[in-house]
Amino acid sequence: MSLLKEPDLGTPAKDGPATVTVEVDGLPVSVPEGTSVMRAAALSGIDIPKLCATDSLEAFGSCRLCLVEIDGRRGTPASCTTPVAPGMKVTTQSPKLEKLRQGVMELYISDHPLDCLTCSANGDCELQDMSGVVGLRQVRYGYEGANHYEEPTDTSNPYFNFEASKCIACSRCVRACGEVQGTFALTIEGRGFESKVSAGGTDFMSSECVSCGACVQACPTATLQEKSVVQLGMPTRTVLTTCAYCGVGCSFKAELRGTELVRMVPHKDGGANEGHSCVKGRFAFGYATHPDRVLTPMLRESIADEWRPVDWETAISYTATKLREIQARYGVGAIGGITSSRTTNEEVYVVQKMIRAAFGNNNVDTCARVCHSPTGYGLKQTFGTSAGTQDFRSVAQSDVIMVIGANPTDGHPVFASRMKRRIREGAKLIVVDPRRIDLVRSPHIAATHHLQLAPGTNVAVVNAMAHVVLTEDLVDRDFVAQRCEGFDEWAEFIARPENSPEAVEELTGVPAEELRAAARLYATGGNAAIYYGLGVTEHSQGSTMVMGMANLAMATGNIGREGVGVNPLRGQNNVQGSCDMGSFPHELPGYRHVSDDVVRGVFEEMWGRDLVAEPGLRIPNMFDAAIEGSFRALFVQGEDIAQSDPNTKHVTAALAAMELVVVQDLFLNETAKFAHVFLPGTSFLEKDGTFTNAERRINRVRPVMPPKTGKHEWQIVAEIAQAMDYPMHYDHPSQIMDEIAALTPTFAGVSFDKLDKLGSVQWPCNDNAPEGTPIMHMDGFVRGKGRFVQTPFVPTRERSTRKFPLILTTGRILSQYNVGAQTRRTGNVAWHPEDVLEIHPHDAEVRGITDGDLVTLASRVGETSLRAVFSDRMPVGVVYTTFHHPVTGANVVTTENSDWATNCPEYKVTAVQVGLKNPPRPQDTAQTGELLPAMAD
Amino acid sequence: MHTDISPQVRMANEIAVQFRHQAPELAAPAIAEHIQAFWEPRMRAELLRRIETEPDAFDPLALAAARLVRR
Repeated sequence: MSLLKEPDLGTPAKDGPATVTVEVDGLPVSVPEGTSVMRAAALSGIDIPKLCATDSLEAFGSCRLCLVEIDGRRGTPASCTTPVAPGMKVTTQSPKLEKLRQGVMELYISDHPLDCLTCSANGDCELQDMSGVVGLRQVRYGYEGANHYEEPTDTSNPYFNFEASKCIACSRCVRACGEVQGTFALTIEGRGFESKVSAGGTDFMSSECVSCGACVQACPTATLQEKSVVQLGMPTRTVLTTCAYCGVGCSFKAELRGTELVRMVPHKDGGANEGHSCVKGRFAFGYATHPDRVLTPMLRESIADEWRPVDWETAISYTATKLREIQARYGVGAIGGITSSRTTNEEVYVVQKMIRAAFGNNNVDTCARVCHSPTGYGLKQTFGTSAGTQDFRSVAQSDVIMVIGANPTDGHPVFASRMKRRIREGAKLIVVDPRRIDLVRSPHIAATHHLQLAPGTNVAVVNAMAHVVLTEDLVDRDFVAQRCEGFDEWAEFIARPENSPEAVEELTGVPAEELRAAARLYATGGNAAIYYGLGVTEHSQGSTMVMGMANLAMATGNIGREGVGVNPLRGQNNVQGSCDMGSFPHELPGYRHVSDDVVRGVFEEMWGRDLVAEPGLRIPNMFDAAIEGSFRALFVQGEDIAQSDPNTKHVTAALAAMELVVVQDLFLNETAKFAHVFLPGTSFLEKDGTFTNAERRINRVRPVMPPKTGKHEWQIVAEIAQAMDYPMHYDHPSQIMDEIAALTPTFAGVSFDKLDKLGSVQWPCNDNAPEGTPIMHMDGFVRGKGRFVQTPFVPTRERSTRKFPLILTTGRILSQYNVGAQTRRTGNVAWHPEDVLEIHPHDAEVRGITDGDLVTLASRVGETSLRAVFSDRMPVGVVYTTFHHPVTGANVVTTENSDWATNCPEYKVTAVQVGLKNPPRPQDTAQTGELLPAMAD
Repeated sequence: MHTDISPQVRMANEIAVQFRHQAPELAAPAIAEHIQAFWEPRMRAELLRRIETEPDAFDPLALAAARLVRR
């Protein structure tokens, strides 16, 4: 499409029925109470001139350009700050108003560099537009007076400039930073003529700015402008698509100039993000065209050989032949594959279909194994399906928000902004986390309770909260009686003294009274919602904890309406979708067990093959079987298991033991070092399909450019299947979605046509819910009755010892994503050039470590080195790092411990020792991002 | 803490610990059902083999459950 310019109605929408009728320039319009005159006018088709107003921000009333006349009222009120009243008659154009507006514009223009013809915002400048709209023909004050022309331009941010000389001090950037993003990094410094936007008295890069882009988007001039626009010029066309980073799944306008992507701008109609973005989605797309990308298939007989570029036909034929040879020698079950949560639903679907139908086994797994597989297990056991219960909008109706083991401001920043907005409005916050994450205290945000538990004690804490709810008679008895089963047995268990807050206080480190107060708040504070992340799932009792949270929500009736629920914050963009599409070895698409004869029969008929009724190998089982010798070949789609999975030595030993490793990826990643076939993949800018985000929202991913590799990933997979004598062919990805819909009841109503028409839908989407289901379990649980499950606390086997006295927990930060393959190839490295070890000053001091020292980090399975950074975010005895850089190899030290039900690794608890490393080695000071020194050691 | 125990026995023991709050006559079938639903046949076969070769490596409840697992 041509460049999409979304309408700006000036002020935000108000909820409620359109009960107030007014006349604007004689045109009647009905709007909800509280709507501004400006918005009412816009809805009637009349645009009132404005500069400081935009509909993503509350009215401010500073520019005085939007003045109107209202019958019966004195003066010329600002239409942005004036709410409608029944019967109001508004005049938006008159000689008086024209004169006033021209006067305002004269003042603005008298202090604005008139370089419009060479300005980067030429054609996209509201100041320029308004000059035309108000009919400005002269500036009586001249241009020689006091001005800001010499203000320096701040170019410190890698992605945008702040050209202060063009600032009109409308405060839109300052308000966007506060209202939309919730960071409050910007302010107006000085008074009167000296007023200027300031990033806290420093440059943008040194400030609290998180580079979300909200200020750039809000700026009406070229003051805050993307560097790509400055460099390339204004875009001329738009492709609507979906971000490929985290599980929030933001909708974006990819804006191009010819075939070149100029910028990504968040889409106001995007259901997940409603016009907001973060530094990754907004700016960090350069990896898609990075020179490191491999665009040609490559082969090698041995991993010691050099790669040999080949054509697609050769690569596909070689792969298929080798897979069949290995099966002939070692058995049908000797091969398998891993689907990717970074690819589309359609691409995932064809991989699992290839494995089940062409490979003839169920050895398919996905990276959700190492993140949210316990969510799948726990929510299915209790509620009946593996899905978050709410849409993101729901948080606006929450009165109590409990964040457990998640760091939304870093991991899911756009949702965090929604959450912070609600907290600023008055919702109470409970944070359950060993670390003092930013949400605990940040501008205008303070957690009512921070339960700073010891790593590995989640279940003890959630049980203690449930104990309080039960023993203090805070149970929603009606909800439990009508909607749930198993309550009495659970109640007997949870009421036991060993589950009381006092009994677990020493173990968890959470003061009993604090825990009791948090439990009371959750149970009695109104709508209470749980949001959780990998701090819940990546434990030996990850699945138990998920069920524990579900128990708590059911006991208090916090399920089945807006503002409540149990919600996993999914890590990667399509984790939800990859799980939905049948990526787990025991489940066909739609979470149906492979042993279900009826379900399997439906697939067998459609796919034309008998399917195996037994579960296949999970990822860690594949590694074990590879080392043992019965698993000989692996197809890995878009997942760097050699960096992301725990106990790197074990993973790489497994990969090295295989006869064939096929990697389908954008880059030669760590896993590719062990590969024999490299099949170049497509970036999200080339994909055509759908992603499903953490709120079950199915969004279209539209191709911004053709595949740089010459083929879509689903085509490659289908051709491998065909070369293995399994007929699989699609002309278009919409046909794949049609097949998914035909086989999966929760997707029965989904099609590309519907998505193009509605923008997005949330599954279940079928005859019962033709436009999708924003909130689940409203009238009943998917499994019928919600099921209470007893969740005894069992301590992890991983304990601190004299040799390894500290506990390491891992996570991620805002600017980097997962293993960093994408974000390390963007300007985001400016914020995080290396992984560091956050260590409490006390723990550092007793080891003779000073801030910035290079230290060794050792566990019972491995050792690595990285730089120490002092932090009191963790309690004494706990250290923290990220896993974004392969040179650090954080997973060299994580262990084989895993969730009992799903084998999700226990990344969050590893007993370690930290020591001073001296002297530094050359590679420690010149990280290339491509080495694994700890392994080389 | 680090042992040379086979992955199958280790995992069976880890599952068993989670069911210890139940009466053994209920827990063992539940554990077996879990293993049946989520373990690939060669893993179950290896588990059954380990029952014979190293029963002492098993948690008693895991052993009872493993005896209920089908190949």
